[in-house]
Amino acid sequence: MIRLEKVCKSFGHITVLRDVSLEVQKGEVVCVIGPSGAGKSTMLRCINHLEALDSGTIYIEGKPVYRYIRDGRLVVDREKRIEQIRSQVGMVFQAFNLFPHFTALENIMVSPLHVLREPMAELRPRALALMAKVGLSDKVGAYPHELSGGQQQRVAIARALAMRPKCMLFDEVTSALDPELVGDVLRVMRALATDGMTMIVVTHEMGFAREVADRVVFMADGVIVEEGPPGEIFSRPKNERTSQFLRSVLQRREELGEGTLPSALGT
Amino acid sequence: MLERIAALFDFRGSVEYLPDLLFAAVISVELTVCVMLIGLVFGLVIALMRLSRSRTLRIISTAYVEVIRGTPCLLQLFYIYFVLPAFGIRFEPFAAGVIGLAVNYSAYLSEVYRAGILAVPRGQLEASQALGMSRRLMMRLIILPQAIRVVVPPLGNYFISLFKDTSLVSIVTVKELMFTGQIIAATNFQYFTIFTIIGIIYFSLSYPSSLFVSYLERRMKVGYRRKPSRLLRSPATEGAL
Repeated sequence: MIRLEKVCKSFGHITVLRDVSLEVQKGEVVCVIGPSGAGKSTMLRCINHLEALDSGTIYIEGKPVYRYIRDGRLVVDREKRIEQIRSQVGMVFQAFNLFPHFTALENIMVSPLHVLREPMAELRPRALALMAKVGLSDKVGAYPHELSGGQQQRVAIARALAMRPKCMLFDEVTSALDPELVGDVLRVMRALATDGMTMIVVTHEMGFAREVADRVVFMADGVIVEEGPPGEIFSRPKNERTSQFLRSVLQRREELGEGTLPSALGT
Repeated sequence: MLERIAALFDFRGSVEYLPDLLFAAVISVELTVCVMLIGLVFGLVIALMRLSRSRTLRIISTAYVEVIRGTPCLLQLFYIYFVLPAFGIRFEPFAAGVIGLAVNYSAYLSEVYRAGILAVPRGQLEASQALGMSRRLMMRLIILPQAIRVVVPPLGNYFISLFKDTSLVSIVTVKELMFTGQIIAATNFQYFTIFTIIGIIYFSLSYPSSLFVSYLERRMKVGYRRKPSRLLRSPATEGAL
């Protein structure tokens, strides 16, 4: 479904991604964890070309995209094709980024209406169904500033889903939320995973990663240090960096009185 | 001495030329409206050019703004009215005045627009792109509607200052308020009464406008209101909403 091949990216002389290779199968849920500055978000943003790669290739559904070598020549995709690919890759941001001048329902409808040119008669019921799916049927006419962070983020998920994406990218979507609102958002994401959506989730929610992910990827300093099934990564990390990171995360939890190691890893 | 000063405050004589001044005030208002309409459109075009990805468009628009801002408006008016005829381009005084002021104000208004567009948070851009919107669509549906809110109060202030700046076109013999006053004063020498009346006319039109602008400013701060949005219409679905 999505394949990254030796992706490199630097900002100025700071290298953010170093030869990152990753393959995500259709229907797979991959959680990306790691310390801040590891390049997790940048990797995600490269997948839908919010950041341009320096080198390496990204394949979506087997086809190379954005910029790639074909017959020994560098090909740079046209704007139109990039837009088309983006419309099939949903993304949810840490800061929600809802459009403040549109209601919740309008936020969901604006892109299908104008990008996919979907007729209103079909779109409206579909958008209402999406609002129901994220548990916000009563907030259809609300403006973003009238919603809590958790509600805004759920609208943002519905907005991305409205484009009928083939996969979804989640960029630390619960990091900006009050702790008591995190659960509602995770519940929506869990349901999405159960429905078979292909998902790449950059997260600090270890419990979610352990429970929902098919595979966990640990990144640090711009490289993928270790990847594997959640059970393996969380219980028997092979790499010293991984166990160090997990220890520090879990230690912090304990200091906050959020339970001991097993319960913090579980749900 | 006192008597002479007291005589100055005798406005009875002004009845003669008051109609002329009021008529001239209408010309001033007409100038303001014409220039503002052109400036609002042309200024936006310049702003979009400056933010365009085309290097050529950026260079042209930046040069335009810098040249206009770096030279006096009076000189620009002179240029249009007195220099261009040498190249066979002639304008009526009113047209020359409108063009001169519009050229000038477009440059300033484009900077207002540009600031407003750049004030829209980056996340809005990224969210639009992630949804597959083209740059054009994103501008029209997401960026400009949000930029407008930022931009309305400063645009209003420019509108008021433009009304006063229309006095500059007296230099190219447009019979607006200032020029008319000068003509009348040249015949009857009642400088005090004439220019006081002109001041009152300018003020009594500017002040309510500035009150209106501060009203708009307050309204824009309130935030987004509950009202059906007309921005969600597309040619494909016209009338469906």
